[in-house]
Amino acid sequence: MLSVEYLSKSFGGVAAIRDVTLEFPTGSLTAVIGPNGAGKTTFFNLISGAIVPDDGRVLLDGTDLVGMSHTEIVHRGVARAFQVASIFPTLTVAETLDAAVQAHRGHAGVLGRRFPLAECQERSREVMDMLGLADEADTLSANLSHGDQKLLDIALALILQPRVLLLDEPTAGMGPEERWQMIDKVYRLWEREKMTVIFIEHDMDIVFKIAGSIRVLCYGRVLAEGTAEQIRGNPDVIAAYLGTETRGH
Amino acid sequence: MRRSAVRDLLIGAVVLAALVLLPVLWPSKALIDFVIRGAALALFATSLNLLVGYGGLVSFGHGMFFGVGAYSFGLLMQRTGMPIPVAFVVTIVVTAAVALLVGAICVRLKEIYFAFLTLAFQMFLHSLIILWVPLTGGDQGLLGGIPRPPFFGIDLGDQRQLYIAACVLLVAGLLLMRHIVESPFGFTLRMIRDNAARTGFLGVEIFRIKLVAFVLAGVFAGIGGVIMSLFVSGAYPEFAYWTMSGEGIFMIMLGGITTFLGPTIGTVILLLLNDFVTRFTEHHGLMLGAIILLFALGLRRGITDFLVDHWRRTRTPAATRRGH
Ligand SMILES: Nc1ncnc2c1ncn2[C@@H]1O[C@H](COP(=O)(O)OP(=O)(O)OP(=O)(O)O)[C@@H](O)[C@H]1O
Ligand SMILES: [Mg+2]
Repeated sequence: MLSVEYLSKSFGGVAAIRDVTLEFPTGSLTAVIGPNGAGKTTFFNLISGAIVPDDGRVLLDGTDLVGMSHTEIVHRGVARAFQVASIFPTLTVAETLDAAVQAHRGHAGVLGRRFPLAECQERSREVMDMLGLADEADTLSANLSHGDQKLLDIALALILQPRVLLLDEPTAGMGPEERWQMIDKVYRLWEREKMTVIFIEHDMDIVFKIAGSIRVLCYGRVLAEGTAEQIRGNPDVIAAYLGTETRGH
Repeated sequence: MRRSAVRDLLIGAVVLAALVLLPVLWPSKALIDFVIRGAALALFATSLNLLVGYGGLVSFGHGMFFGVGAYSFGLLMQRTGMPIPVAFVVTIVVTAAVALLVGAICVRLKEIYFAFLTLAFQMFLHSLIILWVPLTGGDQGLLGGIPRPPFFGIDLGDQRQLYIAACVLLVAGLLLMRHIVESPFGFTLRMIRDNAARTGFLGVEIFRIKLVAFVLAGVFAGIGGVIMSLFVSGAYPEFAYWTMSGEGIFMIMLGGITTFLGPTIGTVILLLLNDFVTRFTEHHGLMLGAIILLFALGLRRGITDFLVDHWRRTRTPAATRRGH
């Protein structure tokens, strides 16, 4: 199980995450929602070790991850995809994934052989197929559609064979149809891989449809948590969302 | 097939054969001199492009390793009487050690700081060469010629044989560097260039990869320096001056940084420009500057970048690959 206890982080005077305590059971699919600037991305940054909390703990099956480098946290099984797809523009999809597999297996510095390493290609193929990127294998990442760039970002996280997968707005910047396709892929991935998936999402229809449970952040605090039904009827959540209302991408 | 090692070896063999035959078909001292200088500088430029083009590490001080190579080889030959192959190997070790030291301090730094710190180290080395007169001969350079005792029946004192040796070193060096950029390491380097933060998230130790790249590039620049010192039978402080690094940047900008052979082609262009322009005008710096401006503003990239781009665009409307 992944849990955070009393997690806090401020930037200068701005408290981005305040005293957050949450649990994410192993194998669960959870949505994290909240208005812009609520601290959602910061929350992922803290879990993945990109930034260090001022206070609190991040526990993965009892081990505190705070203070570990993000590389170490990756090796313990926490991987993430980014709000803005973080990819390698001059590499093709296949090259990106082959290079990622070799890096994950500790072959990043191999000089005596030619790229790609045959023993790494099976895994990168597998991930490509999983996300439906195989047709784009030889496309330069920079030339991929926006949606495929987001998929490639997720593919990079999957290469790491995570136990916990953090997806920061997988549907950001997509049209309605593309959005559902993406979320469908995420859902099937979760079903098949049996890993803990936490995703940030602004579209309430999507959240209520697929997330088994939901956590609401607002001004860095936990505003509510529970099932779709519980959140839908929660007056605090309604107030928070009526106040700011969803940004309509 | 496109990344096949066998194909590269074949091309290397053909090019080497052609280079060796060239002076037989067209015996000219000027040609021989041109190719030897070209070999030294092409190795230097290509090694710089390992850093700039493949690693996104823009070094302003790469000339220092050309200088280290030339001086350590020259000094070893003058002072120890080692056989040439031994001095060659020792020079590689010395260059690698210097690159390791400088790299360990520099490669952690971000872009502009990296560029300027490498430049600072180069200035330091240049000053050291100027000031340490008893060892280096100061601004006179290593005088008195570099002894070139024959080994394995090879006499590098003979310009013809030196020509062949330079061609062999050029082709072997390019093949090795080609192998490096097509290795798993080479692709990790591209990942760091494209997106270092994400590369870190994949578990890569970025510092180590950059440092290894820096040392490898330093060694090949040093080999270029060795060829140059054999050619001029000496070593001069200019080899380690910042203008050397500047020329390296010119060569890769002229030839292109997205193709492996771009820097080699840039070297040939710069040497030709140098020779022709100096023949017709005294304002040779001015002319070179104008030509480089033309490239920068007209093509907005090196000649091979331009050609490859053009070729791809005419072949397929949506180019799927670019350069490396
Ligand atoms: N590195 C940083 N330095 C300074 N302030 C930061 C930093 N990262 C986040 N913040 C601030 O922390 C607050 C929370 O930001 P965060 O990006 O976590 O919000 P978010 O919920 O992901 O918003 P969005 O929905 O727009 O992505 C914001 O006020 C933001 O300006
Ligand atoms: Mg965010």
